[in-house]
Amino acid sequence: MIEFRDVIVQAGSFRLGPISFEILQGAYAVLMGKTGQGKTTILEAICGLRSVAGGRILLHGEDVTGWRPGDRGIGYVPQDLALFPRMSVREHLEFSLKLQKREKIEIRHRVEELSDVLGIGHLLNRSVQKLSGGESQRVALGRAISGNPDVLLLDEPLSALDEETRSDVHELLKRIHTSTAVTTLHITHSEREALALATQRLELKDGQLQVSGVTTNAADSQTTGVTA
Amino acid sequence: MIPISGEVKPAGRRRRAGSDGRFFLIMGGISSSFVLLIVLMLLADLAFTSVQDFKDALMKPEIQAAIWLTLLSCTVSAILSVWVATPLGYVLARYRFPGRWLVDTLIDIPIVLPPLVLGLSLLILFHLEIGGWQLERWLRNTFDFQVTFAWPAVILAQFSVACAFAVRAMRMTFEQMNARAEDVARTLGYSRGQAFLYIALPQAEQGMLTALTISWARSLGEFGPILVFAGSTRMKTEVLSTTVFLELSTGNLPAAVAVSLLMVFVAVVVLIFLRLLGSEAIR
Repeated sequence: MIEFRDVIVQAGSFRLGPISFEILQGAYAVLMGKTGQGKTTILEAICGLRSVAGGRILLHGEDVTGWRPGDRGIGYVPQDLALFPRMSVREHLEFSLKLQKREKIEIRHRVEELSDVLGIGHLLNRSVQKLSGGESQRVALGRAISGNPDVLLLDEPLSALDEETRSDVHELLKRIHTSTAVTTLHITHSEREALALATQRLELKDGQLQVSGVTTNAADSQTTGVTA
Repeated sequence: MIPISGEVKPAGRRRRAGSDGRFFLIMGGISSSFVLLIVLMLLADLAFTSVQDFKDALMKPEIQAAIWLTLLSCTVSAILSVWVATPLGYVLARYRFPGRWLVDTLIDIPIVLPPLVLGLSLLILFHLEIGGWQLERWLRNTFDFQVTFAWPAVILAQFSVACAFAVRAMRMTFEQMNARAEDVARTLGYSRGQAFLYIALPQAEQGMLTALTISWARSLGEFGPILVFAGSTRMKTEVLSTTVFLELSTGNLPAAVAVSLLMVFVAVVVLIFLRLLGSEAIR
């Protein structure tokens, strides 16, 4: 569960909040809104990459407001993917597992399993600088989920992909969410993506956040809370 | 009046012959004037000196000592410059903190300050009496280590200018690098230090080589601060730049020109070596 309680983020002259919302445990939430409204800022605040000027952020009931980014149990896929240029695909998938000091055999099994699910088994020894857009996307996703995070944050992960690759990654995201039930917050501008993936929908408009509960179709959604 | 009949040539299809040629002629003409100036200067040096002058200069033990001290001091000051410039460039590129503008301005001072003033400032720093305490005396009494008018002064004088250029190069390197990769690494468990060491630094390899090259070249050309702070004692603190001065001041122009050409040769060899190293690193 991701919870914002009167969170204020100040970045230079840009100010967001106070904002309050709640994303349910295991939900797949999409965050929509025009460019420049502060969607990425919300994700960065959850990650701990941007300090908050007021309010509290709770993950699974625990106040993580002052915690270091690495202690929050988050998998993050930024918009530009930000792969590590000097590392191979395998090193990306092993990254958080090694930091968690997992056994070698366990790391190997996890990398094999993940690369199968993501369809990048044949790329494991390749440098990430030699990957296509879709392949890079899968590696970034793999890096984010390999350590079994409690929360997955995706910043417009499909925006730079062609239609066909986009549908593939769509399916992949659905599959990952179904199998892991990880609480996910996904920023998108696409209504289609929201309809296909969301179980909960948030809309940021003029600094106000609307939270809607979604079941199978976003069009059937009903506003459950308006906070700002 | 708008024509309603007759041949009207579409605007986009008008032939503009030779526009590219004129562009390259103007750009090439302006650019080549500088290259030509350098080539002509070197040719004039070569025409002035002879192989015998060159040999004579190289056979002098004091010039041989100056060559070794130059190579050694430039290398040490370049390595020290990159060592300091890498974290400083990273901090300036990544963080906004109070007084950042002041740090930024202070770093530029060795670049804009007249070289002699820089040497004088170093001399004063080491010899200023503060309540009976003096840095130079303390270093000599405590560590038996002489700085002023000895080889450490040569390195310190070179470093104080070269490092400023290295900081500029490293700052630009980190500014051009995507900081988001370091952010992602931190969300996965890296500390800021680990993100710097294992994510940012490997990507900065090319920038570090550039900073090393610039620092080395700056150190080689340094003269004013060395003369004031280290002096120009033969076989002790003499480097190639001060050799040229010493030979000139004794009226030995052929030797001064020969040493100047030697400096050009050494600089070209080292710069080519570092460029090759850089292209290897890119590959």
